[in-house]
Amino acid sequence: MNSFADRFSTTGTAVEQRRIKEYVADEEDVSDSMWGSEAGFGTIAHGTPNFMVPTVPDPSAFLRLHTDDHADPSCRIKIKHGTTTLAFRYQGGVIVAVDSRATAGSYVASGTVKKVIEINPYLLGTMAGGAADCQYWETYLGMQCRLHELRNRERISVAAASKYLSNLVYNYKGMGLSMGTMICGWDKTGPAIFYVDSDGTRLKGDLFSVGSGSTFAYGVLDQGYRWDLTDEEAQELGRRGIYAAGHRDAFSGNTINLYHVQQQGWKFIGNYDVSEMHYNGPTGTAGYGYGVRVEGRSSANPPA
Amino acid sequence: MDISFALTGKGYVLVAADTTAARSIIKMKSDEDKIKVLSPHLLMAFSGEPGDTVNFAEYVERNLRLYHIRHTYPLRPASAASWIRRSLAESLRSRSPYSVNLLLGGYDTATHTPELYWVDYLGTMTSVPFGAHGYGSYFALSLLDRYHDPEAGLEEGLAALRRCIDEVSKRLVVSPGKYKVKVVDKDGVREIEL
Repeated sequence: MNSFADRFSTTGTAVEQRRIKEYVADEEDVSDSMWGSEAGFGTIAHGTPNFMVPTVPDPSAFLRLHTDDHADPSCRIKIKHGTTTLAFRYQGGVIVAVDSRATAGSYVASGTVKKVIEINPYLLGTMAGGAADCQYWETYLGMQCRLHELRNRERISVAAASKYLSNLVYNYKGMGLSMGTMICGWDKTGPAIFYVDSDGTRLKGDLFSVGSGSTFAYGVLDQGYRWDLTDEEAQELGRRGIYAAGHRDAFSGNTINLYHVQQQGWKFIGNYDVSEMHYNGPTGTAGYGYGVRVEGRSSANPPA
Repeated sequence: MDISFALTGKGYVLVAADTTAARSIIKMKSDEDKIKVLSPHLLMAFSGEPGDTVNFAEYVERNLRLYHIRHTYPLRPASAASWIRRSLAESLRSRSPYSVNLLLGGYDTATHTPELYWVDYLGTMTSVPFGAHGYGSYFALSLLDRYHDPEAGLEEGLAALRRCIDEVSKRLVVSPGKYKVKVVDKDGVREIEL
Protein backbone atom coordinates (compact mmCIF):
# COMPACT_ATOMS: atom_id res chain seq x y z
CA MET A 1 0.00 0.00 0.00
CA ASN A 2 2.76 2.36 0.92
CA SER A 3 4.73 1.67 -2.21
CA PHE A 4 1.56 2.18 -4.22
CA ALA A 5 1.02 5.56 -2.59
CA ASP A 6 4.67 6.41 -3.05
CA ARG A 7 4.52 5.78 -6.75
CA PHE A 8 1.82 8.37 -7.28
CA SER A 9 2.66 10.88 -4.59
CA THR A 10 3.99 14.27 -5.60
CA THR A 11 5.91 15.03 -2.45
CA GLY A 12 8.37 13.20 -0.21
CA THR A 13 11.65 11.45 -0.55
CA ALA A 14 10.41 8.82 -2.96
CA VAL A 15 9.56 11.49 -5.49
CA GLU A 16 12.84 13.21 -5.01
CA GLN A 17 14.65 9.97 -5.71
CA ARG A 18 12.50 9.35 -8.75
CA ARG A 19 13.43 12.75 -10.14
CA ILE A 20 17.09 12.07 -9.52
CA LYS A 21 16.75 8.72 -11.22
CA GLU A 22 15.17 10.34 -14.25
CA TYR A 23 17.87 12.96 -14.31
CA VAL A 24 20.60 10.38 -14.16
CA ALA A 25 18.93 8.33 -16.87
CA ASP A 26 18.78 11.39 -19.14
CA GLU A 27 22.34 12.38 -18.59
CA GLU A 28 24.81 9.58 -19.04
CA ASP A 29 27.77 11.54 -17.73
CA VAL A 30 26.72 12.99 -14.39
CA SER A 31 29.04 15.71 -13.27
CA ASP A 32 30.80 14.84 -10.07
CA SER A 33 30.27 18.29 -8.66
CA MET A 34 26.58 17.49 -8.59
CA TRP A 35 27.09 15.90 -5.21
CA GLY A 36 29.58 18.44 -4.02
CA SER A 37 32.30 15.87 -3.90
CA GLU A 38 35.17 14.80 -6.07
CA ALA A 39 34.38 11.21 -5.25
CA GLY A 40 31.01 11.42 -7.02
CA PHE A 41 28.58 9.73 -4.69
CA GLY A 42 26.12 8.75 -7.36
CA THR A 43 24.54 5.93 -5.39
CA ILE A 44 21.64 8.13 -4.30
CA ALA A 45 20.12 7.47 -7.70
CA HIS A 46 19.47 3.94 -6.58
CA GLY A 47 17.51 5.15 -3.57
CA THR A 48 18.41 5.31 0.07
CA PRO A 49 20.40 2.24 1.01
CA ASN A 50 18.33 -0.57 2.37
CA PHE A 51 20.36 -3.35 3.82
CA MET A 52 19.60 -6.99 3.48
CA VAL A 53 19.74 -8.37 6.97
CA PRO A 54 20.30 -12.13 7.33
CA THR A 55 16.91 -13.82 7.77
CA VAL A 56 17.74 -15.27 11.14
CA PRO A 57 16.16 -14.49 14.49
CA ASP A 58 19.21 -12.63 15.78
CA PRO A 59 21.28 -11.02 12.99
CA SER A 60 24.03 -9.81 15.30
CA ALA A 61 24.54 -13.26 16.81
CA PHE A 62 24.79 -14.59 13.26
CA LEU A 63 27.41 -11.97 12.44
CA ARG A 64 29.31 -12.70 15.63
CA LEU A 65 29.33 -16.40 14.84
CA HIS A 66 31.34 -15.68 11.72
CA THR A 67 33.50 -12.79 12.89
CA ASP A 68 34.33 -13.10 16.57
CA ASP A 69 37.96 -14.04 16.69
CA HIS A 70 38.13 -14.23 20.47
CA ALA A 71 35.76 -17.15 20.68
CA ASP A 72 36.93 -18.73 17.46
CA PRO A 73 40.39 -17.82 16.16
CA SER A 74 39.80 -19.82 12.99
CA CYS A 75 36.79 -17.76 11.86
CA ARG A 76 37.02 -16.56 8.29
CA ILE A 77 36.14 -12.90 8.66
CA LYS A 78 38.28 -10.76 10.90
CA ILE A 79 36.94 -7.28 11.25
CA LYS A 80 39.49 -4.47 11.35
CA HIS A 81 39.63 -2.98 14.83
CA GLY A 82 42.01 -1.11 17.07
CA THR A 83 42.67 2.56 16.73
CA THR A 84 43.37 5.77 18.50
CA THR A 85 41.57 8.93 17.52
CA LEU A 86 41.26 12.20 19.37
CA ALA A 87 39.69 15.60 18.96
CA PHE A 88 39.48 18.65 21.15
CA ARG A 89 38.03 22.11 21.01
CA TYR A 90 40.00 25.15 22.07
CA GLN A 91 40.21 28.89 21.57
CA GLY A 92 41.56 28.53 18.03
CA GLY A 93 39.17 25.88 16.68
CA VAL A 94 39.25 22.10 16.72
CA ILE A 95 42.24 19.78 16.55
CA VAL A 96 41.67 16.32 15.14
CA ALA A 97 44.42 13.73 15.29
CA VAL A 98 44.36 10.02 14.48
CA ASP A 99 46.77 7.14 14.00
CA SER A 100 46.93 5.11 10.80
CA ARG A 101 47.19 1.45 11.83
CA ALA A 102 44.59 -1.14 10.87
CA THR A 103 44.76 -4.51 12.57
CA ALA A 104 42.81 -7.69 11.93
CA GLY A 105 43.32 -9.82 14.99
CA SER A 106 47.04 -9.74 15.73
CA TYR A 107 47.95 -8.95 12.14
CA VAL A 108 48.83 -5.38 11.14
CA ALA A 109 46.77 -5.15 7.97
CA SER A 110 47.82 -1.64 7.04
CA GLY A 111 49.87 1.25 8.33
CA THR A 112 48.56 3.91 5.98
CA VAL A 113 44.85 4.11 6.73
CA LYS A 114 43.04 7.44 6.46
CA LYS A 115 41.02 7.52 9.68
CA VAL A 116 39.82 11.08 9.23
CA ILE A 117 36.90 11.17 6.86
CA GLU A 118 36.49 14.49 5.10
CA ILE A 119 32.71 14.83 5.06
CA ASN A 120 32.77 18.28 3.49
CA PRO A 121 35.06 21.35 3.72
CA TYR A 122 33.66 22.18 7.17
CA LEU A 123 33.04 18.74 8.66
CA LEU A 124 35.40 15.95 9.64
CA GLY A 125 34.54 12.53 10.98
CA THR A 126 36.94 10.18 12.71
CA MET A 127 37.05 6.44 12.34
CA ALA A 128 37.26 3.91 15.16
CA GLY A 129 35.73 0.45 15.32
CA GLY A 130 34.70 -1.18 12.07
CA ALA A 131 36.54 0.58 9.24
CA ALA A 132 33.89 -0.21 6.67
CA ASP A 133 31.00 0.91 8.87
CA CYS A 134 32.63 4.27 9.59
CA GLN A 135 33.75 4.90 6.04
CA TYR A 136 30.42 3.98 4.52
CA TRP A 137 28.11 5.77 6.92
CA GLU A 138 30.18 8.92 7.19
CA THR A 139 30.38 9.17 3.41
CA TYR A 140 26.62 8.67 3.35
CA LEU A 141 26.32 11.39 5.99
CA GLY A 142 28.29 13.65 3.64
CA MET A 143 25.68 13.11 0.93
CA GLN A 144 22.86 13.94 3.32
CA CYS A 145 24.70 17.07 4.47
CA ARG A 146 24.98 18.19 0.86
CA LEU A 147 21.27 17.58 0.30
CA HIS A 148 20.54 19.60 3.43
CA GLU A 149 22.55 22.46 1.92
CA LEU A 150 20.67 22.30 -1.37
CA ARG A 151 17.27 22.11 0.32
CA ASN A 152 17.83 24.79 2.95
CA ARG A 153 20.37 27.07 1.27
CA GLU A 154 22.40 26.82 4.44
CA ARG A 155 25.20 24.63 5.72
CA ILE A 156 24.17 21.93 8.17
CA SER A 157 25.18 22.50 11.78
CA VAL A 158 27.55 20.06 13.44
CA ALA A 159 24.81 19.26 15.95
CA ALA A 160 22.34 18.38 13.21
CA ALA A 161 24.83 16.35 11.19
CA SER A 162 25.87 14.32 14.22
CA LYS A 163 22.26 13.78 15.24
CA TYR A 164 21.50 12.52 11.75
CA LEU A 165 24.27 9.97 12.12
CA SER A 166 23.33 8.93 15.65
CA ASN A 167 19.68 8.44 14.67
CA LEU A 168 20.83 6.43 11.69
CA VAL A 169 23.04 4.05 13.65
CA TYR A 170 20.41 3.82 16.39
CA ASN A 171 18.10 2.31 13.77
CA TYR A 172 20.63 -0.48 13.32
CA LYS A 173 21.21 -0.98 17.06
CA GLY A 174 21.86 -4.57 18.00
CA MET A 175 22.54 -5.63 14.43
CA GLY A 176 26.31 -5.58 14.69
CA LEU A 177 27.34 -2.11 13.55
CA SER A 178 30.56 -1.05 15.25
CA MET A 179 31.66 2.55 15.16
CA GLY A 180 32.99 5.16 17.54
CA THR A 181 33.28 8.47 15.81
CA MET A 182 33.73 12.14 16.48
CA ILE A 183 31.96 14.58 14.19
CA CYS A 184 33.99 17.77 14.26
CA GLY A 185 33.44 21.06 12.50
CA TRP A 186 32.72 24.73 12.50
CA ASP A 187 29.24 26.17 12.13
CA LYS A 188 27.26 29.31 13.12
CA THR A 189 27.86 28.50 16.77
CA GLY A 190 31.62 28.18 16.34
CA PRO A 191 33.78 25.07 16.75
CA ALA A 192 31.96 21.90 17.85
CA ILE A 193 32.66 18.24 18.55
CA PHE A 194 30.13 15.46 18.93
CA TYR A 195 30.96 11.92 19.92
CA VAL A 196 28.68 9.41 18.23
CA ASP A 197 28.89 5.63 18.61
CA SER A 198 27.00 2.59 17.40
CA ASP A 199 25.19 2.23 20.75
CA GLY A 200 23.40 5.39 19.66
CA THR A 201 25.21 7.51 22.23
CA ARG A 202 25.77 11.11 21.15
CA LEU A 203 27.71 13.48 23.38
CA LYS A 204 28.67 17.10 22.91
CA GLY A 205 31.99 17.96 24.47
CA ASP A 206 35.32 19.76 24.41
CA LEU A 207 37.64 16.78 24.42
CA PHE A 208 37.21 13.20 23.33
CA SER A 209 39.40 10.25 22.50
CA VAL A 210 38.10 7.02 21.03
CA GLY A 211 39.61 3.61 20.36
CA SER A 212 41.76 0.98 22.02
CA GLY A 213 44.51 3.52 22.69
CA SER A 214 42.18 6.22 23.98
CA THR A 215 43.18 5.77 27.62
CA PHE A 216 46.81 6.54 26.76
CA ALA A 217 45.80 9.57 24.71
CA TYR A 218 43.51 10.83 27.50
CA GLY A 219 46.40 10.65 29.96
CA VAL A 220 48.50 13.02 27.88
CA LEU A 221 45.60 15.15 26.69
CA ASP A 222 43.94 15.83 30.04
CA GLN A 223 47.20 16.98 31.54
CA GLY A 224 48.14 19.31 28.69
CA TYR A 225 44.73 20.69 27.79
CA ARG A 226 43.71 24.31 28.34
CA TRP A 227 41.08 26.36 26.52
CA ASP A 228 43.58 29.14 25.66
CA LEU A 229 46.14 26.91 23.95
CA THR A 230 47.86 28.59 20.98
CA ASP A 231 47.51 26.93 17.56
CA GLU A 232 51.08 25.65 17.79
CA GLU A 233 50.58 24.24 21.30
CA ALA A 234 47.27 22.64 20.34
CA GLN A 235 48.72 20.88 17.33
CA GLU A 236 51.63 19.67 19.43
CA LEU A 237 49.21 18.33 22.07
CA GLY A 238 47.25 16.45 19.40
CA ARG A 239 50.42 14.88 18.03
CA ARG A 240 51.65 13.93 21.49
CA GLY A 241 48.31 12.36 22.35
CA ILE A 242 48.40 10.03 19.37
CA TYR A 243 52.10 9.40 19.80
CA ALA A 244 51.49 8.22 23.39
CA ALA A 245 48.84 5.80 22.19
CA GLY A 246 50.92 4.70 19.22
CA HIS A 247 53.75 3.94 21.61
CA ARG A 248 51.82 2.11 24.33
CA ASP A 249 48.94 0.48 22.45
CA ALA A 250 49.85 -2.45 20.21
CA PHE A 251 46.81 -1.83 18.02
CA SER A 252 47.66 1.80 17.29
CA GLY A 253 50.65 3.38 15.63
CA ASN A 254 52.56 3.80 12.36
CA THR A 255 51.74 7.42 11.52
CA ILE A 256 49.78 10.39 12.85
CA ASN A 257 47.38 12.42 10.73
CA LEU A 258 46.71 15.89 12.05
CA TYR A 259 43.88 18.25 11.08
CA HIS A 260 42.96 21.72 12.26
CA VAL A 261 39.40 23.05 11.87
CA GLN A 262 38.98 26.81 11.78
CA GLN A 263 36.25 29.21 10.70
CA GLN A 264 37.21 28.90 7.03
CA GLY A 265 37.01 25.09 7.19
CA TRP A 266 39.40 22.27 7.95
CA LYS A 267 43.05 22.17 7.02
CA PHE A 268 45.32 19.13 6.83
CA ILE A 269 48.41 19.90 8.90
CA GLY A 270 50.52 16.87 8.22
CA ASN A 271 51.41 13.22 8.46
CA TYR A 272 53.97 12.26 11.09
CA ASP A 273 55.73 8.93 11.55
CA VAL A 274 55.37 7.67 15.14
CA SER A 275 58.92 6.26 15.26
CA GLU A 276 60.23 9.54 13.87
CA MET A 277 58.34 11.39 16.62
CA HIS A 278 59.79 9.00 19.19
CA TYR A 279 63.41 9.65 18.26
CA ASN A 280 63.48 13.11 16.68
CA GLY A 281 60.13 14.87 17.21
CA PRO A 282 58.32 16.99 14.62
CA THR A 283 61.17 19.48 14.25
CA GLY A 284 63.93 16.87 14.31
CA THR A 285 65.38 18.34 17.50
CA ALA A 286 63.48 16.85 20.45
CA GLY A 287 62.05 13.34 20.45
CA TYR A 288 58.88 12.53 22.39
CA GLY A 289 60.22 9.21 23.70
CA TYR A 290 60.93 8.76 27.39
CA GLY A 291 64.34 7.23 26.75
CA VAL A 292 65.17 10.02 24.36
CA ARG A 293 63.99 12.73 26.75
CA VAL A 294 65.93 11.47 29.78
CA GLU A 295 69.04 10.38 27.93
CA GLY A 296 72.18 10.90 29.97
CA ARG A 297 70.23 11.76 33.11
CA SER A 298 70.61 9.56 36.14
CA SER A 299 69.01 9.29 39.53
CA ALA A 300 72.11 7.78 41.03
CA ASN A 301 73.46 9.74 43.95
CA PRO A 302 77.01 8.56 44.60
CA PRO A 303 79.03 10.14 47.41
CA ALA A 304 81.32 12.88 46.11
CA MET B 1 26.53 2.68 35.99
CA ASP B 2 24.23 5.64 36.41
CA ILE B 3 22.87 6.57 39.80
CA SER B 4 19.67 8.48 40.40
CA PHE B 5 17.68 9.42 43.50
CA ALA B 6 14.38 11.16 44.06
CA LEU B 7 12.39 12.04 47.15
CA THR B 8 9.24 13.92 48.00
CA GLY B 9 8.81 16.54 50.70
CA LYS B 10 6.29 19.13 51.78
CA GLY B 11 5.01 20.39 48.42
CA TYR B 12 8.00 19.39 46.30
CA VAL B 13 9.87 16.52 44.66
CA LEU B 14 13.66 16.46 44.52
CA VAL B 15 15.28 14.55 41.66
CA ALA B 16 19.02 13.94 41.48
CA ALA B 17 21.14 12.10 38.95
CA ASP B 18 24.88 11.77 38.48
CA THR B 19 26.39 13.62 35.51
CA THR B 20 28.89 11.16 34.15
CA ALA B 21 28.61 9.56 30.74
CA ALA B 22 30.81 6.47 30.74
CA ARG B 23 31.82 3.91 28.16
CA SER B 24 33.46 0.77 29.58
CA ILE B 25 36.02 2.11 32.08
CA ILE B 26 36.26 5.61 30.65
CA LYS B 27 34.39 8.76 31.68
CA MET B 28 33.53 10.38 28.37
CA LYS B 29 31.82 13.39 29.92
CA SER B 30 31.28 14.76 33.42
CA ASP B 31 28.45 17.25 32.96
CA GLU B 32 25.76 15.24 31.21
CA ASP B 33 22.19 16.19 32.18
CA LYS B 34 20.18 13.01 32.80
CA ILE B 35 17.07 14.76 34.08
CA LYS B 36 14.59 15.90 31.45
CA VAL B 37 12.01 18.58 32.06
CA LEU B 38 8.92 17.06 30.44
CA SER B 39 6.38 19.76 31.23
CA PRO B 40 6.09 22.82 33.49
CA HIS B 41 5.61 20.55 36.52
CA LEU B 42 7.19 17.25 35.53
CA LEU B 43 10.73 15.91 35.75
CA MET B 44 12.16 12.62 34.57
CA ALA B 45 15.50 11.12 35.58
CA PHE B 46 16.56 8.38 33.18
CA SER B 47 19.29 5.75 33.25
CA GLY B 48 20.15 2.46 31.59
CA GLU B 49 21.47 1.31 28.23
CA PRO B 50 23.48 4.07 26.49
CA GLY B 51 21.68 5.31 23.40
CA ASP B 52 18.31 3.99 24.52
CA THR B 53 18.16 6.44 27.41
CA VAL B 54 18.39 9.69 25.48
CA ASN B 55 16.34 8.33 22.59
CA PHE B 56 13.50 7.29 24.85
CA ALA B 57 13.65 10.48 26.91
CA GLU B 58 13.43 12.63 23.79
CA TYR B 59 10.56 10.51 22.46
CA VAL B 60 8.65 11.05 25.69
CA GLU B 61 9.54 14.74 25.82
CA ARG B 62 8.25 15.39 22.30
CA ASN B 63 5.07 13.40 22.77
CA LEU B 64 4.15 15.16 26.00
CA ARG B 65 4.95 18.48 24.34
CA LEU B 66 2.64 17.52 21.48
CA TYR B 67 -0.11 16.71 23.95
CA HIS B 68 0.42 20.10 25.59
CA ILE B 69 0.20 21.90 22.24
CA ARG B 70 -2.89 20.01 21.10
CA HIS B 71 -4.85 20.41 24.31
CA THR B 72 -3.29 23.67 25.58
CA TYR B 73 -2.73 22.04 28.97
CA PRO B 74 -0.16 19.40 29.91
CA LEU B 75 -0.89 15.90 31.19
CA ARG B 76 -1.07 15.63 34.97
CA PRO B 77 1.76 13.64 36.53
CA ALA B 78 -0.26 10.47 37.13
CA SER B 79 -1.48 10.38 33.52
CA ALA B 80 1.93 11.20 32.11
CA ALA B 81 3.51 8.45 34.19
CA SER B 82 0.86 6.04 33.02
CA TRP B 83 1.47 6.90 29.37
CA ILE B 84 5.25 6.59 29.79
CA ARG B 85 4.92 3.24 31.57
CA ARG B 86 2.77 1.93 28.77
CA SER B 87 5.30 3.09 26.16
CA LEU B 88 7.95 1.09 27.97
CA ALA B 89 5.72 -1.93 28.41
CA GLU B 90 4.84 -1.97 24.71
CA SER B 91 8.49 -1.58 23.81
CA LEU B 92 9.38 -4.53 26.07
CA ARG B 93 7.57 -6.98 23.75
CA SER B 94 9.04 -5.48 20.59
CA ARG B 95 12.08 -6.55 18.59
CA SER B 96 14.38 -4.08 20.33
CA PRO B 97 13.03 -3.05 23.72
CA TYR B 98 14.15 0.12 25.45
CA SER B 99 16.36 -0.64 28.49
CA VAL B 100 15.59 2.49 30.42
CA ASN B 101 14.85 3.03 34.10
CA LEU B 102 13.02 6.15 35.20
CA LEU B 103 12.16 8.29 38.16
CA LEU B 104 9.25 10.62 37.45
CA GLY B 105 8.78 13.53 39.79
CA GLY B 106 5.85 15.86 39.29
CA TYR B 107 3.68 18.36 41.06
CA ASP B 108 -0.05 18.02 40.51
CA THR B 109 -1.30 21.59 40.38
CA ALA B 110 -4.92 20.44 40.65
CA THR B 111 -4.53 18.57 43.92
CA HIS B 112 -1.44 20.43 45.13
CA THR B 113 0.43 17.21 45.78
CA PRO B 114 3.97 16.27 44.83
CA GLU B 115 4.09 12.88 43.13
CA LEU B 116 6.92 10.48 42.52
CA TYR B 117 6.85 7.36 40.35
CA TRP B 118 9.51 4.68 40.18
CA VAL B 119 9.51 2.98 36.77
CA ASP B 120 11.87 0.27 35.52
CA TYR B 121 12.63 -1.04 32.04
CA LEU B 122 10.19 -3.94 32.45
CA GLY B 123 7.34 -1.47 32.74
CA THR B 124 6.93 -1.79 36.48
CA MET B 125 5.51 1.39 37.92
CA THR B 126 4.91 2.25 41.51
CA SER B 127 4.15 5.45 43.34
CA VAL B 128 6.72 5.99 46.09
CA PRO B 129 7.69 8.61 48.69
CA PHE B 130 11.34 8.17 47.63
CA GLY B 131 13.14 6.06 45.09
CA ALA B 132 16.49 5.28 43.50
CA HIS B 133 17.98 3.48 40.50
CA GLY B 134 21.40 1.98 39.95
CA TYR B 135 23.94 0.98 42.59
CA GLY B 136 22.92 4.02 44.61
CA SER B 137 19.70 2.26 45.53
CA TYR B 138 21.58 -0.31 47.63
CA PHE B 139 22.75 2.46 49.95
CA ALA B 140 20.08 5.10 49.65
CA LEU B 141 16.89 3.11 50.23
CA SER B 142 17.79 1.94 53.74
CA LEU B 143 19.09 5.38 54.53
CA LEU B 144 15.89 7.05 53.38
CA ASP B 145 13.77 4.48 55.24
CA ARG B 146 15.50 5.88 58.31
CA TYR B 147 15.72 9.61 57.49
CA HIS B 148 13.00 10.49 54.96
CA ASP B 149 10.24 12.78 56.21
CA PRO B 150 7.27 13.44 53.91
CA GLU B 151 6.74 16.77 55.62
CA ALA B 152 10.35 17.91 55.39
CA GLY B 153 11.00 21.41 54.08
CA LEU B 154 13.27 21.92 51.08
CA GLU B 155 16.40 22.38 53.19
CA GLU B 156 15.73 19.17 55.15
CA GLY B 157 14.99 17.34 51.92
CA LEU B 158 18.27 18.51 50.44
CA ALA B 159 20.04 17.40 53.63
CA ALA B 160 18.59 13.89 53.20
CA LEU B 161 19.64 13.89 49.55
CA ARG B 162 23.13 14.98 50.55
CA ARG B 163 23.28 12.05 52.99
CA CYS B 164 22.52 9.66 50.13
CA ILE B 165 25.16 11.17 47.87
CA ASP B 166 27.77 11.23 50.63
CA GLU B 167 27.04 7.61 51.49
CA VAL B 168 27.50 6.55 47.88
CA SER B 169 30.78 8.49 47.63
CA LYS B 170 31.93 6.82 50.83
CA ARG B 171 30.99 3.23 50.14
CA LEU B 172 30.69 2.65 46.42
CA VAL B 173 33.90 1.62 44.69
CA VAL B 174 33.14 3.43 41.45
CA SER B 175 31.26 6.49 42.65
CA PRO B 176 30.46 9.31 40.29
CA GLY B 177 31.80 12.76 41.08
CA LYS B 178 29.03 15.20 40.43
CA TYR B 179 25.24 15.22 40.59
CA LYS B 180 22.63 17.40 39.03
CA VAL B 181 19.68 18.18 41.28
CA LYS B 182 16.33 19.51 40.14
CA VAL B 183 13.25 20.30 42.14
CA VAL B 184 9.63 20.60 41.09
CA ASP B 185 7.05 22.40 43.23
CA LYS B 186 4.06 24.71 42.80
CA ASP B 187 6.24 27.28 41.03
CA GLY B 188 7.49 24.77 38.46
CA VAL B 189 10.89 23.29 37.83
CA ARG B 190 14.29 24.63 38.77
CA GLU B 191 17.82 23.39 39.18
CA ILE B 192 19.58 23.45 42.55
CA GLU B 193 23.31 23.59 43.25
CA LEU B 194 24.15 21.14 46.01
